[in-house]
Amino acid sequence: MAIESLKCKECAAVYELDARFACENCFGPLEVAYDHSSLDAAEAKRRIQAGSQGIWRYADFLPFVGRPGDPLEPGLTPLLRADRLAERLGLEAELWIKNDAANPTHSFKDRVVAVAVAKARELGFETVACASTGNLANAVAAHAAAAGLESYVFVPANLEEQKLLATGVYGTNLVGVRGNYDDVNRLCTQLAETRPWAFVNVNLRPYYAEGSKTLAYETAEQLGWELPDRVVCPIASGSLFTKLGRGFQEWIDLGLVEGSQPVFNGAQPQGCSPVATAFAEGWDVCKPQKPQTIAKSLAIGDPADGPYAVEQARRTGGAIDSVTDDEIKDGIRLLAETTGIFTETAGGVTIGVLAKLAERNDIAPGERVVVYITGEGLKTLDATRDRFQMHEIDPDLDSFESEFEQQEAVV
Amino acid sequence: MAVTVKIPTQLRAATGGEAEIEASGSTVGEVLDAVFAAHGDLRERITQDGDLRRFVNVYVSGEDIRFQDGLETKIGEGDEVTILPAVAGG
Repeated sequence: MAIESLKCKECAAVYELDARFACENCFGPLEVAYDHSSLDAAEAKRRIQAGSQGIWRYADFLPFVGRPGDPLEPGLTPLLRADRLAERLGLEAELWIKNDAANPTHSFKDRVVAVAVAKARELGFETVACASTGNLANAVAAHAAAAGLESYVFVPANLEEQKLLATGVYGTNLVGVRGNYDDVNRLCTQLAETRPWAFVNVNLRPYYAEGSKTLAYETAEQLGWELPDRVVCPIASGSLFTKLGRGFQEWIDLGLVEGSQPVFNGAQPQGCSPVATAFAEGWDVCKPQKPQTIAKSLAIGDPADGPYAVEQARRTGGAIDSVTDDEIKDGIRLLAETTGIFTETAGGVTIGVLAKLAERNDIAPGERVVVYITGEGLKTLDATRDRFQMHEIDPDLDSFESEFEQQEAVV
Repeated sequence: MAVTVKIPTQLRAATGGEAEIEASGSTVGEVLDAVFAAHGDLRERITQDGDLRRFVNVYVSGEDIRFQDGLETKIGEGDEVTILPAVAGG
């Protein structure tokens, strides 16, 4: 059994493997520690390749005592070459898009929630809950429904309608809180003290966060057991960003892949950029902000893993940049026009930052770059409104010809 | 001014199990000093070199003190001081 304990990332204090998330000595975040000393890399690869067509193929590296199961298994999402996007950006790099909108509830959150819900069942919980900016709400409601667990989902009441509808449909207890995400998060941290619930991103957070490592594993496996030279990834709490790094590092340390960590580029919306600001200012803490952005799934003003995300970008020679609302909308459009992938605002942020890196000539010719698209465009339709025009015509040939008269008819 | 300070579960071993502590002070820093005077173990757990540790959040009646004056934030009548771990969410 590889799973060993919970360990504080700040002071290394060790705890039992139960539902807890903060160190009693210093309040630092707890992380799952494993003992992989008996793992054979070739054997581990074979087990992965013989495994399921989703994240449970990586069960050796996930925080379970037994074999995890989940009726709504996410993962093995497409990794696509994006040559046309590279060309538009003037990049001579080998550019890849990891389209993680292709998950059961259309965002990368299915990975972390599948892990958290399976862990909640292993620990004997009957109710799961979360504080969410939207995508997590969709995922918790769906995976709880599939597993037959009760669920409570807390979101800011002013969330995009698509995300509310795509949560309520699963029959969850949907709670809209009059406040921003950080208010919702504080409330859930307090509720987690008194309710016997598994809050996936509060008391189960150490397990939940491990689910993001599967994005790193998949990337490496899909690249033929090789590492990218650079990754571009959105940052909200910073958990995905740091766990991507942990996933790559584990496989480097265990000999499943060769090489070193990719360069890590983080992407934030300017209207909520506490991590980008800390990076730019050279701080080792993030000063909280009141979010004001269309990228609501990234609107975390007080990011729990912000300091670690900053460290990760610095350590790998990367950066954390931010983009405006207009650049986000341009990013959504650019990705759609060049790859056929329609992403939500968070993806617009990521593509916006990729464009910035291209402009700055940060990306060398021949570099292998993987860009993480974490959510689906249909969930944030407002961001594409008024960005193009429909031609409205009568149902006859003349009407069509006069609308398009400037274009010569092809005979 | 006497206010109620809410202690999260992670710190209750240091307060003899108490979830709420009454303490006096005109600023958050003074209130916390009064709490530390009664429960010495708490000081090291949530502060370092006189400042809050980086994963400790303190709220006065629901508002994060970093949006106010930090430890200098004034305490008013009926305010409630809440200490919570910052590592949740996302």
